[in-house]
Amino acid sequence: MLTYIIRRLIGAIAMLIVISMVTFGIFFVVPQWAGSSPEAMASRYVGRAATPETVHLVAQKLGFYDPVIVQYGRFAKGIVAGAEYDYGAGVEQCPAPCFGYSFISGQPVWPDLLDRMPVTFSLAIGAALLWVLGGVSVGVISALRRGTFFDRLSMGTALAGVSLPIFFTGMLSLVVFSYGLGWTPPGGSWTDFTENPAQWAFNLLLPWITLAFLFAATYARLTRAGMLETMGEDYVRTARAKGLSERDVVVKHGLRAALTPILTLFGIDFGLLIGGAVLTETTYTLPGLGQFAILAIRNQDLPQVMGVVLFAACFVVVASLIVDLLYAWVDPRVRLS
Amino acid sequence: MSFLDVKDLKIHFPTDDGVVKSVDGLTFGLERGQTLGIVGESGSGKSVTSLGILGLHKGGRAKISGEIWLDGEELVSAPAEQVRGLRGKKMAMIFQDPLSSMHPYYTVGHQIIEAYRIHNAVSKQVARKHAVDLLGRVGIPEPGKRVDSYPHEFSGGMRQRAMIAMALSCDPELLIADEPTTALDVTVQAQILDLMRDLQREFNSALIIITHDLGVVAELADDILVMYGGKCVEYGKTDEIFYNPEHPYTWGLLGSMPRLDREPTERLLPIKGSPPSLINVPPGCAFHPRCPYADRTEGRASTEVPDLAPTERGHLVRCHMPRTERRSLWENEIKPVLETQ
Amino acid sequence: MRRKSALAAAATATLALVLSACGGGGGGSNSQQPAQSASGAAAQPAFNAALTEVFNPSTKKGGTLKVANYADWDSLDPADTYYGYSFNFGRYYWRTLTTYKTGPGKDSNTVVPDLAEALGEPSDEGKTWTYKIKSGLKFEDGTPITAKDVAYAVARSYDKETFPHGPSYLNELLDWPKDFKGVYKTPDADYSSAVEATDDSTVVFHLKEPFASFDYIVQMPMTAPVPKDKDTGAKYKEHVISSGPYKFETNEAGKRFSLVRNENWDAATDPNRPALPDKIEVQLNVNADDVDNQLISGDIHLDVQGTGMQPAALGKVLPDPALKARTDNPTIPRLWFVSVIPETPPLDNIECRKAVMWAADRVANQTAFGGEVAGGEIATNVMPPPIVGQEKFDLYATPENKGDVEKAKAALTACGQPNGFSTTMTFRADRPREKALAESMQQALARVGIKLTLKGFPGSSYFSDYAGNVNYVKKNGVGLAAHGWGSDWPDGYGFMQAIVDSRTIRPAGNYNLSVKSDKVDGLIDQAKAELDETKRNKLWVDVDKAVMEDASILPVVWAKSLLLRGQGVTNLAYNEGQSQYDYALLGVE
Repeated sequence: MLTYIIRRLIGAIAMLIVISMVTFGIFFVVPQWAGSSPEAMASRYVGRAATPETVHLVAQKLGFYDPVIVQYGRFAKGIVAGAEYDYGAGVEQCPAPCFGYSFISGQPVWPDLLDRMPVTFSLAIGAALLWVLGGVSVGVISALRRGTFFDRLSMGTALAGVSLPIFFTGMLSLVVFSYGLGWTPPGGSWTDFTENPAQWAFNLLLPWITLAFLFAATYARLTRAGMLETMGEDYVRTARAKGLSERDVVVKHGLRAALTPILTLFGIDFGLLIGGAVLTETTYTLPGLGQFAILAIRNQDLPQVMGVVLFAACFVVVASLIVDLLYAWVDPRVRLS
Repeated sequence: MSFLDVKDLKIHFPTDDGVVKSVDGLTFGLERGQTLGIVGESGSGKSVTSLGILGLHKGGRAKISGEIWLDGEELVSAPAEQVRGLRGKKMAMIFQDPLSSMHPYYTVGHQIIEAYRIHNAVSKQVARKHAVDLLGRVGIPEPGKRVDSYPHEFSGGMRQRAMIAMALSCDPELLIADEPTTALDVTVQAQILDLMRDLQREFNSALIIITHDLGVVAELADDILVMYGGKCVEYGKTDEIFYNPEHPYTWGLLGSMPRLDREPTERLLPIKGSPPSLINVPPGCAFHPRCPYADRTEGRASTEVPDLAPTERGHLVRCHMPRTERRSLWENEIKPVLETQ
Repeated sequence: MRRKSALAAAATATLALVLSACGGGGGGSNSQQPAQSASGAAAQPAFNAALTEVFNPSTKKGGTLKVANYADWDSLDPADTYYGYSFNFGRYYWRTLTTYKTGPGKDSNTVVPDLAEALGEPSDEGKTWTYKIKSGLKFEDGTPITAKDVAYAVARSYDKETFPHGPSYLNELLDWPKDFKGVYKTPDADYSSAVEATDDSTVVFHLKEPFASFDYIVQMPMTAPVPKDKDTGAKYKEHVISSGPYKFETNEAGKRFSLVRNENWDAATDPNRPALPDKIEVQLNVNADDVDNQLISGDIHLDVQGTGMQPAALGKVLPDPALKARTDNPTIPRLWFVSVIPETPPLDNIECRKAVMWAADRVANQTAFGGEVAGGEIATNVMPPPIVGQEKFDLYATPENKGDVEKAKAALTACGQPNGFSTTMTFRADRPREKALAESMQQALARVGIKLTLKGFPGSSYFSDYAGNVNYVKKNGVGLAAHGWGSDWPDGYGFMQAIVDSRTIRPAGNYNLSVKSDKVDGLIDQAKAELDETKRNKLWVDVDKAVMEDASILPVVWAKSLLLRGQGVTNLAYNEGQSQYDYALLGVE
């Protein structure tokens, strides 16, 4: 088991290295193919109508005159050994892991990422709780009442949930509940949990529900299908024959088995979400990792892009590892080696 | 009144294509310490009957009528919750294919403990000790260790023993075994059957064995009930069924019994065709399309449902053929074939 | 499949219903409530109500002004910012030597003193500019603001490695010492040849060449004073020391910041800023559609970008009379145009360029930009109306502005291409209006046999890698390029120089894509040195005419923006200098 985890982690690190190289490559190589020069690239990070001198200085400061491999090496070194940043009036130490400084704002990337993590985390956890509870229970009830009005209604809603993009449902929810009815706070409302837990939850209510709606739909459908299958299994009949109450039959025997694929999906969904709930955060203006990623890409801010990509990749890798471990725990027939 | 009394039991399933009459007017009785074999091909309604007795069709789509009396309690009209209280405690079931019938995610011990604790308010430790005892009693070596194994870690025979242990966990008075040996190889089959006989004696429970194989019940059953198309076609003492069977379908079953001295596929008296659709049961005698003697009934075979009529030997047969004809067919044509070596 | 699409269609229909319900009902009822204000009846909303006078005037102090930005500042540091809204908003926490005359109206594109007691005193034919600073000025920490702090601020802004975003006018104009590399790299350098504080209240600027519009230059934030001992280079933006009526309370980079009253600001020294709210809260990177929604509903007071609404909100506001009454539709100093590039044959022949001028369908082009209200008025020359001294003229007038095929064909014949020619037109693919413009050009030019191949590129690298990249243009034979330009300040130099002076052209990142005329360059040199304002303005009109004669810019529209007045906001007035509402005036009810 331990060797399995270690091997997976080594694989994960290798993958992160490849991801970082590819991201780096896309950033530098593609513009080069298009005939871009260091100055042309640097001109993204200067103000309007900047002089050639300014552009040259910025290209020099950002190291664009060095070969890409040297630039990558500097980036990698920063993560392992830290780096230094000259802010004009002095030099600042950036301890490892140093993901560098934003090309645009000159802010160190790493503290920014850490700073934004609680937002995404809050969003993901609350939404995950809602969608797992909501999706799974609706799925179970639908499966048990197959063909009834409830089943049709909830599966129809679920279909809508899967099909409707979040920037649509999100904006609609804001227009209706925030600006129309005034029940929920407007977009851009965020309070730290440690500051005021009630306000924290209140502000996140709409994003949670919207995000959960999207995912709950998938989970409801998946649970329903799984339950329809497992409730027909012989071991469920056995459980009934033992005289187990119907609730225990459904939960302990039927649902328990149907949860396995849901767990797999959940691990991946949650990992991705922690890496940044891009659309939700953008729609509701939550200062999380997803919004950070969008801005980084929009600004072509390489250090920020690298930082958030690696950060997100880490979460996906860790989440999939945890899922694999949990999978072995849930289904004893699976053995890790 | 017997310990178990089933009267005119009907279990019908309405579907879009019509009503499936899985069990259509079944009557039988069983005492404590006695064994009944219910025999028939798949689709004859025998498994539906057993699930019906356990009340597992309740709340489903099935339409159930008739009466099931268990130790003076009527189960068909009883509330589901009341029947659930009896299930696993007063009556228990051993399913065929223990691999799919045991939950793959729980240990064998957990599943036995669960069965025990539903009906007995005891601590987990006590239940666990009970589970280990039971596993020992059904002949599982090192039960203290195997109690924590998962079903997939057991061999087929061990799994069936564990299944039996689970069914026995609350000392049931009625035990129903549905094809308990089908999935097992021949030597293990014999061991399991021996085990069941021993346990039945020990617990003095009433036992119903459901099988498509007359051989399984030959030594175990006191009575045998042969089902075809949801109905009983022959019902009597085991010796009677084996030595004086009167229904052509029973003859067919006898002829298809696997025996150690034959190839398993070799059948002396093959039954042509396939079991009837339970939605469109053939008119008249349900067996007549497959019956080689249907022409000896003066045309009644396809028009009139034969009664389940008693013979003077005390067993019941559902056949239009005159008794004399049946007797002579058996004595002169069937029996000699069956006895050839 | 069919079920899914049916559901999606149903959902879309629902949204349309909801949106129209909100637009017609919810929003309407909101906006029909008469805005409450100190002066009552003046707050009756009407279209363009804040263009010529102050809407909902008030002197009430207090309250919190809530501001949202769909993006982020380039920088809050006065040396490192170049966004129009940043200049406008920055006046809350900085003061510069001069500033635009506050308030609405025609003369709001002129400058008035701010830190300075009077406008600049030119000497040496406009090569030296002297400003006297008011007394009693203080930073937020109570230390007095002196001429030294202004000179230091100007000197620190020189370092473009540290402050790459800010304007470089002063780098270009002032006579910096050869070895000067900025106040950080060469801390001991004497920069008095460029800017100096001759005493505590006098700042003197020394220019390389005469420059007449210098009062416009020093309204830019590079002259906002910075105390040397508080300067932290690139990190100064995290806490700018205020010289204006408000100071930073919190500042969370990329998320939000807030300003509170600066008790050390003395209203007596500052006639330009009423400083009404007690607090100003700014949200950054707010979803752009949500900014509009919040502005309509009244959850925020101000969309700080001040460039108008997103298409979704436009679709909601324009058809709703109640909402439209809350909008203003000024013409801003911005021109949308097509660069006609003389490097690319056969456009090197002026007759071929003229053929493009004649063949273009101006009405179709205006429609491509969204029409009169959302897009702007048809432009007939380069300088937009809000520019000081602008004159409207039309060298290529055609019937109903729809182009003149005959004249275009005649020009083609004169060019030696009687059957037309083929060339490439670029546009920014992420700007639907430029795409529509390119298509409209394609159609109009096809009438005379000029075939356009359209190529769209990402806006972020449009000037660095494509249309503004000399090599790319040459290699790919780009003849036409969609382009847009807004002025840094509303006079001829401020608008024209960057797009028509051929000496600004460099290998990449160009904004002047097509004007390479000695005549134009010569007129620019004359105009920028002319100290007499009337003569100067006339010279800029001549520059405009020379460009149009050169046929290297095809004007499309003088842009208008559609601004929505926030609810509960007082003292709203469109300012020509800022080309936005005058943020310094705003108050809350």
